[in-house]
Amino acid sequence: MPKRTASTFARDDLPASAAGATGAPHHDIPSREPPGETRELAHRPGRQSEGLTGVVGRLRVAQAEQTIPLGQRHESLAECQVDAAPPAEGERLSKVTLVINGRQRQLQVEPRWSLAYVLRERLGLSGTKVGCDRGECGACTVLIDGVPRYACMTLAVELEGKPITTVEGLMRGEELGPTQQAFVEEDAYQCGYCTCGQIMAAEGLLRATPTPSLDEIRKQMSGNLCRCGAYPHIFAAVGRAAELRKGGAS
Amino acid sequence: MRNERDRPYWIEGDVPHAPTPDQGPEPWGETKIVGTKRPRVDGYERVSGTAVYPTDLTLPRMLYGAILRCPHAHARVTAVDTSAAEKMPGVEAVLSAFTPDDAATTPHSAFIRARLFDPHCRYEGETVAAVAAETPYQAWDAVRAIRAEYERLPFVSDERRALEPDAPKVQDEGNQAGDTQHYSRGDVAAGFAEADVVLEEEYRTECEIHTPMEPHGCVARWDGDALTVWESTQGVYNVQNGVAASLGLPLSKVRVIGHYMGGGFGSKLSAGKYTLIAALLAKRAARPVKLVLTREETYLAVGNRPPSNMRLKAGVKRDGTLTALEYVGTGSGGAYRAGGISLLDWQVRDLYTCPNVRTELTDIYINAGPARPFRAPGHPQCSWALEQMMDALAEAIGMDPVQLRLRNVPTTSQARDGNPPYTTTGFRACLEEGARAFGWSEARAAASGDGPVKRGVGMAGGLWGYGAGGPPCTVFVKVFADGSVNLNMGASDIGTGTKTVMAMVVAEELGVDPDAVQIDHADTGTTAYASASGGSKTVPTESPTVRAAALDAKRQLLQLAAEELGLDVAALRLEDGKVVPAGDPSQAKALSELRGLRQRRMITGVGHRGPNPADKATCPFAAQFCEVEVNTRTGEVKIVRFVAAHDSGRVMNRLTYQNQVFGGITMGIGLGMTEVRVLDGDQTGKLVNKNWHDYKLPTALDVPADMTCVPIDVPDPEANIAGAKGIGEPATIPTAAALANAIYHATGVRITETPASPIKLVQALTDAGKGA
Repeated sequence: MPKRTASTFARDDLPASAAGATGAPHHDIPSREPPGETRELAHRPGRQSEGLTGVVGRLRVAQAEQTIPLGQRHESLAECQVDAAPPAEGERLSKVTLVINGRQRQLQVEPRWSLAYVLRERLGLSGTKVGCDRGECGACTVLIDGVPRYACMTLAVELEGKPITTVEGLMRGEELGPTQQAFVEEDAYQCGYCTCGQIMAAEGLLRATPTPSLDEIRKQMSGNLCRCGAYPHIFAAVGRAAELRKGGAS
Repeated sequence: MRNERDRPYWIEGDVPHAPTPDQGPEPWGETKIVGTKRPRVDGYERVSGTAVYPTDLTLPRMLYGAILRCPHAHARVTAVDTSAAEKMPGVEAVLSAFTPDDAATTPHSAFIRARLFDPHCRYEGETVAAVAAETPYQAWDAVRAIRAEYERLPFVSDERRALEPDAPKVQDEGNQAGDTQHYSRGDVAAGFAEADVVLEEEYRTECEIHTPMEPHGCVARWDGDALTVWESTQGVYNVQNGVAASLGLPLSKVRVIGHYMGGGFGSKLSAGKYTLIAALLAKRAARPVKLVLTREETYLAVGNRPPSNMRLKAGVKRDGTLTALEYVGTGSGGAYRAGGISLLDWQVRDLYTCPNVRTELTDIYINAGPARPFRAPGHPQCSWALEQMMDALAEAIGMDPVQLRLRNVPTTSQARDGNPPYTTTGFRACLEEGARAFGWSEARAAASGDGPVKRGVGMAGGLWGYGAGGPPCTVFVKVFADGSVNLNMGASDIGTGTKTVMAMVVAEELGVDPDAVQIDHADTGTTAYASASGGSKTVPTESPTVRAAALDAKRQLLQLAAEELGLDVAALRLEDGKVVPAGDPSQAKALSELRGLRQRRMITGVGHRGPNPADKATCPFAAQFCEVEVNTRTGEVKIVRFVAAHDSGRVMNRLTYQNQVFGGITMGIGLGMTEVRVLDGDQTGKLVNKNWHDYKLPTALDVPADMTCVPIDVPDPEANIAGAKGIGEPATIPTAAALANAIYHATGVRITETPASPIKLVQALTDAGKGA
């Protein structure tokens, strides 16, 4: 198992409940995985309070081969478009090319950095929210290869070349996409913090199943918590989004 | 600072206000915009990802903070060695109890009088040290490198054992937090003597954690001696007050901004220790600091709904007249005085007509995180007891549960001094119209089913003891030279749709499109004072104030127009951005064409929240009905449908109102069915389910898609000039009890302790010989 996953679940042993961290000290490069090894992660439809968490979806773990020796770091900083704060001494960075909302971004990342961290704090794509940082709430849901995934449970270095879609990527210029529009019309949120993740989960569902039943909607949306409890309106919004997508409004 | 222990939402005592009561405008008659179903004015921002929540913010040179917290339920910090952490890559500032810094060692709030880093850690998660570094990963690396030594102390984590003589002491004063509170009216013994049926039962509700989706957090930035804090909060002025008092700064040197916030439910009403820690780290590093708590930290240290233990004895006559209620409750606000029994008896004291009532409440310390107000403090817990008892009483005298409640609907607030009448009470209408919408009689009479899955229906009533709102509050409405409008108010929109409702109020008075109203809000640097958005008082506080400001602007505009048109003010109205003479609409003049407005460039209307009526009480009321299917083999409960009838005065926005009601039901389902804080009382005292995997919130699969909102849309013109009462909290008060009553109706088994989990239900069914 990569350290990321192992440490996530060992976190309770730490005095500080050190979420946001991976458990790997800064000098400790994650162990290399053999190519092609898979691990479970990400978006979890099928959650129910007293039931088991149904983990679906697997993602191939890309090898973190791009680690750049410390001495070469400064040359490669030119390629780092957004890394305003230079990393501290002693870190090792990996070069990765992320394809986000159709645009290639070359980045220098620590191998332990989650996709959610990179999107939010390094690229300013703060529509992707972090609610738990351990794959429980879905606020960080993005599409990877068109499928909803938890960005907090995905390392940026795993995603070389994979198409990533965030909520910002659903916009058509400054116009809302149909799924977003449906959420507004049905008032499918309250505080709005889980909303972008809900929209991405709905978008993933509708791309795969253009006309979902209520049961399919509830199951697919059950990997996304809403503490405000806007669920009935969310169900309605997903139904409305299906209409909008078909009706030429999309 | 004001004492927030029992009055978390409002200011004590009288405050100046205007207009005076006799200058108030007429109540609205028919409205064009208020009361309609309207999507949010900030919907675009919320769904596009452009809404910047405090935890989304990044600033140039910003650092990330992280906090080392005590891993023990009760311990004394004997040493903190931060030397290794200070040398780590990216680390710019480190603080601990042993850092020489006045602010780090003085009491940080009047609410919980503990030092910012108190070496005596009375609960797991108490702050021990903090770090700021270039990345959050580096900050956590450094936190882990801090060597803290602890002397572990005996702990107590169950309030039911904490008053035993040999229990470890949480505070020097012992484990009872203050005196037992007593209330009584009439003669309870005489009341029980005249009852035909007397029942007594014990109930318990478990501790719940708020866990709003956006974790608690802030960004702090200094400009010299002036501090700006972007805080995820329900009340920017509360945060400003707390930060300024703790750091010894004038209020003018602390600006708090909270435009968007990702949920609070009462847990974000004031500054947190983390706010001060972020400010101190930023000062030390001379760089901005973002400090966002981890999800686990939000379970430990930023509030909860206290566990409640309740014994209720009730007497009723055969005709349904309640004769006496006697109620003893205990609760725990954790290791500090934090409202462990706040409002825990209010439903018993005030929901039903009853001449003889006695209550007794005791707050108890345990080694756990301090409570904070949680959506209708005390009320859902008390409802769990009272409304199950009402159900049992109805059965005992052979009366329908709705009828028993209708038999005891009060028109006065008996629990308040002087027994004041309610400005309005729609409780009877909630019960009757809710029952009608639900099809109560037919559903109640239907058979529960022959198979292992039993069907049942249940209901519960409720009131929120507050929800009237009140002063102080000041709002500005600015009309630009072209007639478009800016609304400037201090209140936070915590997700309830406040901004949208207030834009609708402006639109109603000024004849503009709500979506065209620009809104500035929740910023102590640019808005006038507003109390925190909590207590279901935002709409009844802000909407009359916004209306007063809009009316002030309207008065000035019409005065200008009357002079220019040579007409009487009374003959003019505002419509679609025009001044329209009543007699001759063809003479309408666009606001942008008013010479007086063009010259002034802006008209500013000012509104103040007027006082609430003297000698009257204003409260929202509720009745909720539900249907469940209980699998008696597995103990699983499927919630089939909910109908919620609410009297919250005028419905301001039908869409967001309904959303509040459904959200309240969902949260009530959490209390009744799934949520429980589990402390490892026997071995470590630690919280064992501090994450959303083990602490179960209702998901999309746990709530019924079939929810119906039945608004009792009766404006309350005496309450305030908008006629509105609060809806946020009443919506969650009766839910859990209604579910328990439905489970009883289905199975004949009464679940008196939350949550009604499958394990508990199967056990109860087995004990009762009713398992399948």
